[in-house]
Amino acid sequence: MSTDAPVSTVSFAPVLERKFAGRARPEASGRGDVPTISVDPASLHDVALFLRDDPSTRFDLLLDVASIDRSKLPAEQLPRDGKRFQASYILYSTRRNEHLRVKAAVPEARPSLPSLVDVWPAANWFEREAWDLMGIDFENHPNQKRLLTHNGFVGHALRKDYEAGQRWLCTEEDILQTDLASKTETAEDAFETMTLNFGPSHPATHGTLRAVFRLDGETIVAAEGECGYLHRCFEKMSESHTYSQVIPYTDRLNYCSPMINGNGYARAVEQMLGVEIPPRARAVRVILSEFSRIMDHLVCIAANLVDIGALTNFWFLFQAREEIYGLLEACCGARLTSSYARIGGLSNDVPENFVEWSRRLLVEVKKQVDEVDRLVSRNGIAMKRLRGTGLVTKENAIAWGFTGPCLRASGVPYDLRKDKPYDGYETYDFDIPVMNDGDNYSRYYVRMEEMRQSARIIEQGLSRLPSGPVNSDDYRVVLPPKEMVYNEMEGLIYHFKLVFEGIQVPAGEIYSSTEGANGELGYSIVSDGSGRPYRIKVRPPCFPLFAAFEKMVVGGMVSDAVATLGLLNIIAGELDR
Amino acid sequence: MSDSKSARLPVAGQVVPPLGPGMPSTAGADFLTTKLDWLVQWAHSNSLWPIPFGTACCAIEFMSVVSSHYDLSRFGAEVVRFSPRQADLMIVAGTITDKQAPVLRKIYDQMMEPKWVISMGVCACTGGFYRAYHVVQGIDEIVPVDVYVAGCPPTPENLMLGIIQLQKKIQSGELARHREAKTLVPIRVGEDPRISIPAYSTGVMAPHRPGPPGFPEIPERAEDPVATGGPEKRR
Ligand code: SF4
Repeated sequence: MSTDAPVSTVSFAPVLERKFAGRARPEASGRGDVPTISVDPASLHDVALFLRDDPSTRFDLLLDVASIDRSKLPAEQLPRDGKRFQASYILYSTRRNEHLRVKAAVPEARPSLPSLVDVWPAANWFEREAWDLMGIDFENHPNQKRLLTHNGFVGHALRKDYEAGQRWLCTEEDILQTDLASKTETAEDAFETMTLNFGPSHPATHGTLRAVFRLDGETIVAAEGECGYLHRCFEKMSESHTYSQVIPYTDRLNYCSPMINGNGYARAVEQMLGVEIPPRARAVRVILSEFSRIMDHLVCIAANLVDIGALTNFWFLFQAREEIYGLLEACCGARLTSSYARIGGLSNDVPENFVEWSRRLLVEVKKQVDEVDRLVSRNGIAMKRLRGTGLVTKENAIAWGFTGPCLRASGVPYDLRKDKPYDGYETYDFDIPVMNDGDNYSRYYVRMEEMRQSARIIEQGLSRLPSGPVNSDDYRVVLPPKEMVYNEMEGLIYHFKLVFEGIQVPAGEIYSSTEGANGELGYSIVSDGSGRPYRIKVRPPCFPLFAAFEKMVVGGMVSDAVATLGLLNIIAGELDR
Repeated sequence: MSDSKSARLPVAGQVVPPLGPGMPSTAGADFLTTKLDWLVQWAHSNSLWPIPFGTACCAIEFMSVVSSHYDLSRFGAEVVRFSPRQADLMIVAGTITDKQAPVLRKIYDQMMEPKWVISMGVCACTGGFYRAYHVVQGIDEIVPVDVYVAGCPPTPENLMLGIIQLQKKIQSGELARHREAKTLVPIRVGEDPRISIPAYSTGVMAPHRPGPPGFPEIPERAEDPVATGGPEKRR
């Protein structure tokens, strides 16, 4: 583990100093972390406008709002300003390909920040979440209500003094929000229209999403989405588990592509530790991530086609998925919840026939995908249902915080695998499919094409899969081999240290992101130097997508809303965490 | 057609067994003697219409079970209905949160009798490794469960085993008694929804305990080893 001293990496520091002397300061960021500035809450709104509009900054995409309660940090890390809460805004500039973290701290007595919804519309739900779980108040927020928990909930669950097991009774009245979508323009509207509840128990909402539509005939005039039906407290749970014990929880975020979550999390912790994983582990992670991406797109397209009435494709696509499951099961013993990544490598090596098996699979998968392509891509009904519905312009997609296939379907070629390559993606030859229409058909087709590109990456990975170990030999992170434990004193000590205390991650903070199947999957991790994470905040790619759903469906039909929801590919596990 | 040949062919209207246990043989006759109960149970158990209450990862495995490779239709339970009015078996696949709980209860109430519940996966059975502020610690807090299927997620084979177990239970008539023993009370109890009271069923659930610092005890379910032995408890 090397110890390079933290330095500031903010590129526009002089401009910032000139404009906001003293009110916004660049901060030193740790190893692998994104550049950071810290801002006075009073100037936050001005700084935000500057960051969005100034030619030297142009941070147009708000990725995440991570909040933290700093009251239980060890004495030497306690904030000197004595402010208990802090919000971190993670920004990205699509023009300058740069990330930035903006921190603003607020005291316990008056935990309030100006709302940035008017600067980045994507902030809306992120701020609601921060209020719900951490109790940070956002002034001028248009709709500051509970989001993930129910209305019968008391307190703010992610505060450190909130006890993890404390539940509150939720009755039917607590989830029924009568003002949902009741906002109508005129009195006549109210007379002419009707309100329709959609979900959470509806086949097209996958059991966990809810929207309320205000209908005029069959046209939606207002809509409101609601989530939280699968809020199972990942972030709170991870605070009471060791770094390795968090890995199984990450599998259950996006359960359609669990491997990508686990790899992203492991990489974030590895960056904090400064651990390099061996080339074979990196290649296997890439190959299996790409297989997971294919699986995720398969489920998305299969489920969506079922929703719009094309059941046959479901059997084709699920057959392909079943084949991939076989491979995953051979690698790690589980079909769905793989827990394959480890901090410092993988849980074990891939089976001997991995390369041949994967090659065979690729042929099989491609066949099924081509079959569906022939069935659907030029099918008249599918075209009618998907073309021109659920439109999102390029500007809106950025403002609403889209990433991943949905952003690329609106004409923005942002893909972390190309823009911020990790795990050696820069050495693979592949293309990023981009479409410009921003409708459901584009989202469908971008996914179809991405599966083919993933197959290309896998082929290259297989043809040059390096041999060697799959785990780092840093025994402060990875369990030493058994012979060493039994025969050497040192090995025994490492083993016991790891088992009893867990991996000791140096104090610090990181934002590390991975290209998930749905978009940018980011982990903000704060460590207090102990064996358990102090705070983990996930940046779920689905979250801004579902937040925008209520805006996308207005003006369309109810049946278009179903198609739109399916192709946004909302996975409740990572939406609600 | 000769006489000797026609004697061996089944006569129109003649019923060939299945017969109930302990019934006299009716082979060769054109009628059947059985117990009505047995016949009804036999019919019920072999034509289950499931409604998947799928919320999370387990629902993805459920999709695998009904799709081509595993093909649930081999067990007569493939007619997946998304309307509770048309279904008689609810398969709860996935984590149920407090926010979801009233929805689950409502869907269950909307199903016609006779109805059965399979709890698929450890989350639905006990809350799984989500021992947290927003997760129902086992759906039997809310609805009576007939078969618990373990696993995270259960393998498709395991879910099929669960369905076969349920068929056996239906066939044996065991379930009718089970449900009578577990009366459920209305979900809104008391004036203030935020006070510590059992909510969904008599004496089974106590979700709103104030609790000591650290992880809370679950006193009411001490007799249930699965519910009390969560990961935090053991530390
Ligand atoms: S039991 Fe496991 S797989 Fe099933 S819903 Fe719970 S976490 Fe997901």
